[in-house]
Amino acid sequence: MSTLEKDDSMPTTGAIRIEDVVKVYDPDGAAVMAVDHCSIDIPAGEICMIVGPSGCGKTTLLNTIAGFHGLTSGHIYLDDEILCGPGKEKAEPGSDRIVVFQNGALFPWKTNLENIAFGPMMEGKLSKAEIYDKARKMMADAGLEGTEDSFPGEVSSGLRRRVEIVRALMNEPKVLLFDEPYRALDSLTKSVMHEALLDIYYKNKVTIFFITHDLEEAIFLGHRLIIMSSRPCKPKKIVEVDIPHPRDYSVLTSPRFREIMNEAKGVVNEEARKAFEAGEKEG
Amino acid sequence: MSQSNTTMNLTMYRISSWLKSPKPYLMFIGFGFVLSFWYFSVEVWKLPRFQDMPALTEVIEEWFSKDPYYGLSVYTPEYYKHIGISLRRIAYAFCLATALGVPLGLFLGWSQKLREFIFPLFELLRPIPVLAWVPLAIIMFSGSETPVIFLTFLASFFATTLNTMLGVESIDEEYSRAAYCLGASRWQTFVHVVVPGAMPYIFTGLQISIGVAWFSLVAGEMVSGQYGLGYIINTAYIMVQYSQIIIGMITLGLFGYITSALVRVAGDYMMQWRVRELALGGD
Repeated sequence: MSTLEKDDSMPTTGAIRIEDVVKVYDPDGAAVMAVDHCSIDIPAGEICMIVGPSGCGKTTLLNTIAGFHGLTSGHIYLDDEILCGPGKEKAEPGSDRIVVFQNGALFPWKTNLENIAFGPMMEGKLSKAEIYDKARKMMADAGLEGTEDSFPGEVSSGLRRRVEIVRALMNEPKVLLFDEPYRALDSLTKSVMHEALLDIYYKNKVTIFFITHDLEEAIFLGHRLIIMSSRPCKPKKIVEVDIPHPRDYSVLTSPRFREIMNEAKGVVNEEARKAFEAGEKEG
Repeated sequence: MSQSNTTMNLTMYRISSWLKSPKPYLMFIGFGFVLSFWYFSVEVWKLPRFQDMPALTEVIEEWFSKDPYYGLSVYTPEYYKHIGISLRRIAYAFCLATALGVPLGLFLGWSQKLREFIFPLFELLRPIPVLAWVPLAIIMFSGSETPVIFLTFLASFFATTLNTMLGVESIDEEYSRAAYCLGASRWQTFVHVVVPGAMPYIFTGLQISIGVAWFSLVAGEMVSGQYGLGYIINTAYIMVQYSQIIIGMITLGLFGYITSALVRVAGDYMMQWRVRELALGGD
C-alpha cells in the first residue's frame, strides 16, 4: 500500500476486504478446497494483481466477489458493506463490480455502441439519446471512433477487449474485475492493450482486481502483486511494485523492474511446479 | 452506411462470386445427369420395370400444355388452386408451430422447473410419427381442413421447440453473467441475451420445421382433403394418371425449396451480426 499515490485523484470508494474466505466445492460428494482461509485487503483505486498458476482457484475468488458463486465461510466487504458472508451466502451481481471476462463477453448480436450503452440502458435512468451521446464520447476517448456500428465479430480481438472495458466503465463501477483478459492475445497486441488499460485507468480511477499468470504483465500494471499458492489458493507472498505511475513501456527495461521480477519469479515458479506435480498425480 | 445497403452489397458480391466459381456449372451437370438417365431409361433403353413410368417428354408436354390431357398444367387455374391450398396449410401450420414452439422452447431452456415439468412428456410424444396421428387427428377435428393443418403443425412444432431449447442451452454462461454484472434484471437478461443468443439455433429449427411441414402435409393430404399437392399425387395414382404424379412431386420440391430459402433469408435479415461475422471470416 506504500506505493499507492495518496493524492486527490484517488477514489474514496471501492475498497475490497477479503477476510478469511474459504470455498469448498462439493462435486459428486468429493470435497475440493479451492480457496483456503484467504485474506486480502485492497484499498480504493489500487491495481491489485493476483498472480498464480493456472487452476489454483483465482477465478473462484473473483467469482465470489462478482456474485456468481457463494462462499463456504468468511466475509467479503466492499467499502465496509458486507457483500457476502454468513447469513448472506452469495453476493448480488451488480454494476458496482464489473467483470471483464477471460474470453470476452461482448454480446455478438449488439453493435459495439449498443454493447457499451447496455448497462445504462438496463438501468433506465437516462434517456436513450443521453446514453448514446455518453457512449460515443467514451468510445472516442478510448480511441474507438469509427467502430460504433460494427459488430464485435467484425473488429480485432484487441479492439474488442477495449470495447469491453469501456462498456464496464459506462456504469461507473467502483471495482473492475479482470479474469486474465489478455490471455489469448499475442504479445504485441498485449503490450498495446496494457498501455491502453493504464491510459483508461489514469482517466477513470477505479479499484482493479486483475487475475493473471503473466509476471511481466503483473509488474507492469500493478501497484501490488499478490502471489497465490497452488490449489487451494491463498496468498503466499505480496510484492510491492514501487515504480511510480504513470508508467509506460520504458519501465520494462529499468533495473528496478528486473529486481522485482527476480524477487517474484522464484515464488511463482515454485508454486507452478507444485501445481504441475499435483496435476501429474491427479492425472 | 445502412444495414440494408450492406446486406444488398453482400448479396450481390455472393451472387457474382458464385457465378465465377464452378458451382453453377456443376449444378447443371448434376441436373442434366439425372434428367438424361430418366429420359434414356424410360424412352430409349426401355428398362424392365420402367415401362409404366411416365416419360420425361410426356411429363413436360403435359405440364406445359394449354390443353392438358389429365386437366392439370401451368395454364389451368386448377393447378394453382392446389398449390394455393397447400401453401395456405403450410403457412397456418408453420406460423402456429413457430408462434407456440419458439416461446415454449425459450422457456424450457430458461427455466429448469418448467423443463422438468414438461420435457419428459414432450420427449415421449416427439418420436411418434405423424402418420400415427392421422386417425386421432380425424377423430379430434371436424372437417377436412383442420386435421391436415394439425398434422402439418405437429412435426414442425416439435422441431422448432427442441431446437429453440437447445439454442438457449448453447448460450455461453458468460453472456448472462456479463448482463447481470451490467445491472440487467432476470427478465432483461432473457430479452437481451437469451432470445438473441438462441437465434441461430432457432433458425436452424425453423429450417427443419419447414421441411418436415411439407413432409407431414403430403401425408395429411393423402388421407384427407380434396385439394392440395399431396391430394394430386394420391388421386393421380388411383386414377392411373402417372404424369400428374411427377408434376405434383416436382411442384412440391420447387415450393419446398422456395419456402426453405425464405426462412433462410428471414434468418439472415434478423441476424445481421452473424451474416457479417461469417462474411468476414469471424476473428
